[in-house]
Amino acid sequence: MAHVAPPAGAPASGDAARKRGLVGYLLLAPAGLWLSLFFIVPMISLISTSLYDPSGSLETGYQMTGHVQNYATVLQEYDSQLLRSFLYAGLATFFCMLLGFPLAYAIAFKAGKWKNLLLVAVIAPFFTSFLIRTLAWQLILSDQGWVTQTFNALYLTDLFAALGLTEQGSLLYSPLAVVTGLTYNFLPFMVLPLYASLEKIDPRLHEAGADLYASPFTTFRKVTLPLALPGLVAGTLLTFIPAAGDFINAQLLGNTQTTMIGTVIQKLFDGGSYPEASALSVVLMVIIVVLVLFYIRRAGTEDLV
Amino acid sequence: MTQPGDVQDPPQAAEGGSDLVLQGVTKRFGDFVAVDDLDLTVPQGAFFALLGPSGCGKTTTLRMVAGLEVPTVGTIHIGGQDISHLKPYKRPVNTVFQSYALFPHLTIFENVAFGLRRQKKSDVERQVDEMLELVELTPMASRKPGQLSGGQQQRVALARALINRPQVLLLDEPLGALDLKLRRQMQIELKRIQTEVGITFVHVTHDQEEAMTMADTVAVMNAGIIEQMGAPKELYEHPRTTFAANFLGQSNLVRGTVGGGDGSNVTIDAHGARLVCPRDRAPAGISEVWVGIRPEKVFLAGAGTETADGSNLMRGGVVTDVSFIGVSTQYLTRLPWGQELMIFEQNSGARESFRVGDPVDLHWLPEHTFLLDAAQDASAGVEIEGED
Ligand SMILES: Nc1ncnc2c1ncn2[C@@H]1O[C@H](COP(=O)(O)OP(=O)(O)OP(=O)(O)O)[C@@H](O)[C@H]1O
Ligand SMILES: [Mg+2]
Repeated sequence: MAHVAPPAGAPASGDAARKRGLVGYLLLAPAGLWLSLFFIVPMISLISTSLYDPSGSLETGYQMTGHVQNYATVLQEYDSQLLRSFLYAGLATFFCMLLGFPLAYAIAFKAGKWKNLLLVAVIAPFFTSFLIRTLAWQLILSDQGWVTQTFNALYLTDLFAALGLTEQGSLLYSPLAVVTGLTYNFLPFMVLPLYASLEKIDPRLHEAGADLYASPFTTFRKVTLPLALPGLVAGTLLTFIPAAGDFINAQLLGNTQTTMIGTVIQKLFDGGSYPEASALSVVLMVIIVVLVLFYIRRAGTEDLV
Repeated sequence: MTQPGDVQDPPQAAEGGSDLVLQGVTKRFGDFVAVDDLDLTVPQGAFFALLGPSGCGKTTTLRMVAGLEVPTVGTIHIGGQDISHLKPYKRPVNTVFQSYALFPHLTIFENVAFGLRRQKKSDVERQVDEMLELVELTPMASRKPGQLSGGQQQRVALARALINRPQVLLLDEPLGALDLKLRRQMQIELKRIQTEVGITFVHVTHDQEEAMTMADTVAVMNAGIIEQMGAPKELYEHPRTTFAANFLGQSNLVRGTVGGGDGSNVTIDAHGARLVCPRDRAPAGISEVWVGIRPEKVFLAGAGTETADGSNLMRGGVVTDVSFIGVSTQYLTRLPWGQELMIFEQNSGARESFRVGDPVDLHWLPEHTFLLDAAQDASAGVEIEGED
């Protein structure tokens, strides 16, 4: 902020500057209060809970013993679920990108008068609850459903089973179903930021690319994609982060072999193992923050954050 | 209304070279005809200017040559090759866009290098450095387009297209955003580059002075058609439509009737005055005409003064307005039938000056007279004050 020195003999302007500073703080106050109440305080409580002695329980109370071993315990116990979570989240993000980019591109450049309608269609799923939409996938993928029947007829279920993606003859309660559910649920979070980025691109830049000897594919690679990068980065983050911590999809569409870390945390809390649950939450958070920082550094979008 | 005889050879006559030839090109957007049955030959290495008012189809014409728009009807050839349906990235043509269309995520250097890199040219660094030198943007090489002024961006757009040395360079008002000084400088620079590299330039502009000073051939375009095409001097001295007469400079148009003549001249009766015009400056076979004369070609004389034999003479004028411009004085003179004519007199000191209300006679040389078909609108192409 460049400050212009108030002209001499104008004390009133000094007051004005101070007043302006005060206004800034007042505007910040509600959000600051909100954050400290609902983010910082729970955060401190979460971290300290993760250091409680695990032998306590809700009834008998916990003792703060600085029990760092909680972290070692959960990392040993739930390493496969952690890995699986990031694998599924990564896959879902990848498929969201694969489906979402063409969709966002079509809405931004090719939809014409259908643009708004298509955008509403992308957002429309939010009109019903996340839980209900995921339950709907149970019906879609059920053994008697036409999807499974069709896949059966085409021997695709055999192929999936051979690849270990599903059980023989069915689609539901499998890794495939969980990743499908995740992809479906988080697709809008990929499409919307991507669309916002693409929509800002001047279509004349495509013409300039064509004029300068770039084929449509090269123009896409050298012009469209770099300009869409901020949206792509935002979209992957908005997809990956919640998908990694999600427990609904794994619970409703998966089996015991597809448990994700969100499910584990939820079960631990339910079972009253607060210190382990907290430790696992902190671990999940730290890993995500590290991954995100690394990713943003690599994607090189300083203007994103 | 194109006059086929007055420009270049017909397409077939051009062998070898890379002449740009448009034949019967029409572009429709729905029912709207943006370009109407255009025939055009731009010889290789020419500096061709397309001049016309806003919305007359200049950009559309360029876009069809660049391949960004497909002609509804007609063909486009470069050097004998039909490129009408060639993809834009395969055409030996580059464009300086009216809106620049610079790549915002690339540095100035990379913007200029873009075309060379796509063509896998070697020696990109050196060529880009040279080009940036030429447009005086070397210190800006590592900036992004958003950090440049409008005029600087325009020069980047120019450099980005020019560096590819295309067979035809299309320039869509490339100097529109520059201030007068830089504009003059870039005009000279452009002309120099064009002569040096021998690339065909098709230059679109609103600015008649720019068109006339830079181009070998100027085409005056109006409402999707080319009104007239020719060397700047030819175009100015002998406009063939009222639009060309009014759009390129100013003209006085007086109604008259052709009444005879001899082998080399025709005589016209205009409101009682007997005027003479060389036959080659009159449209053949038309009797109802506009008699045209440029304001600076007319001389004022006190009423009743003897004038040189053979001059065209109109008597009975009254000065209604005098504006002193510096190098010249502009007079408005009302003639007996109520029409006001414009006269520019050089302030050479040799000419008598007049005041409002003075009775005057107007005279000029027959060879400066031109005749136009009276069926045309006399006010076509008159520039509204303040526009442009
Ligand atoms: N894509 C399009 N759809 C419909 N009409 C169009 C389209 N492009 C151009 N036009 C119309 O065609 C006419 C010619 O447009 P063009 O851009 O060629 O004008 P111009 O001579 O370049 O004008 P200016 O000097 O203002 O740039 C205009 O009336 C314009 O409205
Ligand atoms: Mg234009």
